[in-house]
Amino acid sequence: MFDASALIIALTVFVLAIFIGYEVITKVPPTLHTPLMSGSNAISGIVIVGALLVAGQADGIAGRILGAVAVGLAMINVVGGFMVTDRMLKMFRRSGEGR
Amino acid sequence: MTTEALFTLDFTNAAYIVAAILFIVGLKQLGSPATARNGNRLSALAMLVAVVATVVGNDIASWEWILGGVIVGSGIGALSARRVQMTSMPQLVAVFNGFGGAASAVVAAAELIHLMDKSDPIAENVSITIMASVIIGSVTLTGSFIAYGKLQGLVPTRPLLLPIRNVINVGLLITMIASTVWLVADPSITPFLIAAGTALALGILVVIPIGGADMPVVIALLNSYSGIAGAATGFVLGNTILIIAGSLVGASGLILTRIMTKAMNRSLVNVMLGGFGVEDGAGGSGGDDDRPVRSIQADDAATILGYAQSVIFVPGYGLAVAQAQHQVRELADLLKDRGIRVSYAIHPVAGRMPGHMNVLLAEANVPYDELKDLDQINSEFQRTDVAVVIGANDVTNPSARTDKSSPIYGMPILNVDQAQSVIVMKRSMSSGFAGVQNELFFLDKTMMLFGDAKDSVEKITAEVKAL
Repeated sequence: MFDASALIIALTVFVLAIFIGYEVITKVPPTLHTPLMSGSNAISGIVIVGALLVAGQADGIAGRILGAVAVGLAMINVVGGFMVTDRMLKMFRRSGEGR
Repeated sequence: MTTEALFTLDFTNAAYIVAAILFIVGLKQLGSPATARNGNRLSALAMLVAVVATVVGNDIASWEWILGGVIVGSGIGALSARRVQMTSMPQLVAVFNGFGGAASAVVAAAELIHLMDKSDPIAENVSITIMASVIIGSVTLTGSFIAYGKLQGLVPTRPLLLPIRNVINVGLLITMIASTVWLVADPSITPFLIAAGTALALGILVVIPIGGADMPVVIALLNSYSGIAGAATGFVLGNTILIIAGSLVGASGLILTRIMTKAMNRSLVNVMLGGFGVEDGAGGSGGDDDRPVRSIQADDAATILGYAQSVIFVPGYGLAVAQAQHQVRELADLLKDRGIRVSYAIHPVAGRMPGHMNVLLAEANVPYDELKDLDQINSEFQRTDVAVVIGANDVTNPSARTDKSSPIYGMPILNVDQAQSVIVMKRSMSSGFAGVQNELFFLDKTMMLFGDAKDSVEKITAEVKAL
């Protein structure tokens, strides 16, 4: 059983999203390279959605533990990533701007 | 993954579109200093929308376990985000990349167990993507932790080269492909664990030969991997927001990787093969270490700086090691009060991750418009009285322009040698990461100020005050 149409739809979404990402981010100034990394790092915490799905559907104890671990790891990324990015961006200021 | 999951018109999929738009706009705003903070918040909002939509749209059983994961994970994340020092940001980013990869691998494992419990056969496209998810996730996990170890000094930062590492790596790749074929043919936990194990080993072997100064490339690449791992998980579960957000991160990491390799005039393959600065470290124009250099003391430096009209600071990794960013800003303020024009020249690969110097100086309250990148500052050096190099080396080496035999030939450098005079703060005469001696140090106009950068800058500041 090979669900080719599902794969092709997913691939279409994947390729288009890569291109959008490339176009949207391509002109980021060096000043923002680190926040871009930590911010996109937080976004890669989107795997929390997958973690919730597998944790939610788990029947056995193994599935539940794995689900909880995945949720925990993803939440470190989400919470830590967004918070540290905000902390950094708070520090950036132009000349003459107070803090 | 089924067509059904991707195509169902329901609240969850509709909310995912909203989340996707918010992520894209958020990333767009992250590209400009004025809107960046708001962009980050939009991305966080997008995450919230995606999570709420997922919880509402699916029957989530066993809440206690999930809640436990949420509390522990959020706690660790929040604590590390608050506590981390700006000098340690590369380590934090590395660790977070690793956790992201680990999460993808664990989700793949949980999904495989779930599917095996059901009596239906597993579709081939699902089993292939489960393997992709666990492999990319596991490589990201161990690769990131080796990178962390190198940044933290727990693993030697010099490139570690195994004699037959290419043979080993190819062997690992073949094992992964074989175990994938096995899992597709006959789904069981064994090939999954084999693939996970080989991928974990590959992550270690791929990063360990890469030297400390190439870390900006590695961190950016692992950043990209953590996104791609997430997207692969999206393929497994047939979940569009996972694919979209994961791809966005994958693209952003790739862009940063490309910027970093371009700034070193090296190809990604060259960086990943590792061993830079080892194999031909003795080559190039280095060697002749006995040549005399002009060494000065802090009071001499203070006189030169205090009576200059324009000064450019050139920070490098040594600034981060010495944690001297606040002292440098203090000195710069003092010079500005004396009517001296001050700016900072930042090489794209200065430090251990993209933008490392910018974050450090921002922490010391230096306005970001005083930080100039290569294109903006290089024409300024010839009109500048003093260039002050603090803990930077290879990125200021004029051999990169002229010496074809040098390993760093062709790398874009800061034209520090064109300033009227140059002060180099350095611990010793040791060569830079590339293993070549810096011709800059032997110029007549160059003065070496040996010692800890923080110490030296403090002394200069005191002396300038006394002028």
